[in-house]
Amino acid sequence: MFMRKTLVTVLMLGCAHSAMAQQSGFGEPATQEDIDKRFFSVFPDGEFLPDGEGTAVLGKEIFEYQCHACHLNPPDESNELDPEDPADRLFGGHGTIGTDAALATVGSYWPYATTVFNYVRRAMPYTAPMSLTNSEYYSITAYLLYKNDIIGENDVINKDTLPKIKMPNADNFIMAYPEVPEKYRTQE
Amino acid sequence: MTQETKKTLVVDATDQAAGNGIMSRRFFLNSAMATGAVIAGGPAAFAQETPVGEGQEDWTLMPGDDTPEYGDVSGFEKGRVKKFVAPPAGGRTASSAGRTPLHLLHGTITPSGLHFEVTHHGVPDIDPDKHKVVIHGMVERPLKWDVEALENYSTVTKQYFLECSGNGRVNWAQPQPDQNFMYMTHGLVSGSEWTGVPLSTLLDECGVSPDAKWIIAEGGDSGALSRSIPIDKALDDTIVAIYQNGERLRPSQGYPMRILNPGFEGNTSVKWVRSLYVTDRPVMSRFETSKYTDKLHDGKSLQFSLEMDVKSVITRPSSAVSLEKKGMYEITGLAWSGRGKVTKVEVSADGGKTWAEAAVEGPIQSKMLTRFRIPWMWEGRPAILQSRATDEFGRVQPSREALLAARGKQAYYHYHAIHSWSVNARGAIRHVYA
Repeated sequence: MFMRKTLVTVLMLGCAHSAMAQQSGFGEPATQEDIDKRFFSVFPDGEFLPDGEGTAVLGKEIFEYQCHACHLNPPDESNELDPEDPADRLFGGHGTIGTDAALATVGSYWPYATTVFNYVRRAMPYTAPMSLTNSEYYSITAYLLYKNDIIGENDVINKDTLPKIKMPNADNFIMAYPEVPEKYRTQE
Repeated sequence: MTQETKKTLVVDATDQAAGNGIMSRRFFLNSAMATGAVIAGGPAAFAQETPVGEGQEDWTLMPGDDTPEYGDVSGFEKGRVKKFVAPPAGGRTASSAGRTPLHLLHGTITPSGLHFEVTHHGVPDIDPDKHKVVIHGMVERPLKWDVEALENYSTVTKQYFLECSGNGRVNWAQPQPDQNFMYMTHGLVSGSEWTGVPLSTLLDECGVSPDAKWIIAEGGDSGALSRSIPIDKALDDTIVAIYQNGERLRPSQGYPMRILNPGFEGNTSVKWVRSLYVTDRPVMSRFETSKYTDKLHDGKSLQFSLEMDVKSVITRPSSAVSLEKKGMYEITGLAWSGRGKVTKVEVSADGGKTWAEAAVEGPIQSKMLTRFRIPWMWEGRPAILQSRATDEFGRVQPSREALLAARGKQAYYHYHAIHSWSVNARGAIRHVYA
């Protein structure tokens, strides 16, 4: 604690910044380039969403070439999958959450539209992740939202519009950290 | 453990600790339980001279192989391996879950090669010279480290369990109890000794803002898997692990570096970690929204149910074996709690009507597997074997009925109810809901 207080004092005086940092450990200064290469997150409020834009019309074509192979063809037909299968069901299931036939899809379950872009951009297409442009990822995101009746076919999705989309199941998540709420606990 | 001791072994009603043959553990610990091993008597014959090795097996009569550079298990043990329920299919199937064969192992440390593995985007082949982790965001100084830089720090070495919160997911909704031995019901938990640098050390070096609340961890795999970790956890006991069971991490366990969040659901212990972004809110990644959230009967879902529950299971006897004959057996298994230490494990042989406290093998470690054992006299009658763990916070492992009543059948994650093995009169064992 003494060391930390000393460090803060020194920083407030505005001197010996880097010298102190090097004394305290073995980390090297990280450049913006170091960070940009490793950090791909975007937040529900839109922070870190990139430039570019797309629509469901464009997204449909990209989806058919890049996504159908794993996510079934046609995608809105009902297929029974092992829930552990990574090729998730993306469409339908609206109103099933809370029943014994729960089908969690982008439309029926995902609470944030930004998560769709965040995940698809970092991880898809499965065999070639990060291989598309930001506008193409916006387009795929738009298509998934359109096919779930959340936006219109020609609605433009970009860093301004995406965070404003309210997902159907957004209000049904309960914070369970640090403790599961009493009513869902079994102990005493 | 002599023949004399065995001959004087007398079992009567006062040795019973609970119904249907559960015996006092004091009785077990002080007595000889060995069965079947009979020492052949009689002096050797001296009538004619023969080589003293006659009758020995070949491996005793000639030198063996050189010691290997990296040891492997016996060729006769090759069946004791993990089971992959969703094997990779032509590079198209992303998730792969290799399950630890708990019913074939003993002790509390899982061999590194048998530690369960769940990967969502395959196992990357990372060159450690090209891999660094950066800490950035709400810090005074963004810093980066490679594995060699981390080696300079004072490390911590501790034993922890790691459990996927999908462990036992089949028990929620599947109408018929799963019969894949223990792979599907319990194979996604393992125990290891982990060595690494406390994350708090690295955060201190960066100078974390007092307003920081969460850390977004991202991996270097092809899905750049990401999870939000509460800052209080990160400053408490999270480590950046670089060794498992004394050797550098295996690729499937995050080589060259991973986050290890003791007691938290396994998915938060991000493997191949390369970015730790300090911020004031969770990122709401796919794996903390569409996955690893617990769907409840009322349409709500638990999110960030990070801490693993108190839990236990009998590993032997279990459905992988049949009881060959009446007699004394050891009931043994594992217990754990994501919040701290297991303080008590009770065992029942009559489906929960009566319970007896099992012996637990110490030293009991916080957030680590604990092995329990109790002797059981099986007299050829049907039995239902169960174990029930309690942790130092008084949390008691619930019955399946109670757990389903609280959360419904669709929760998918965090199943932690009492597990039941039914033994029939012939000694065959199967998993039942009881």
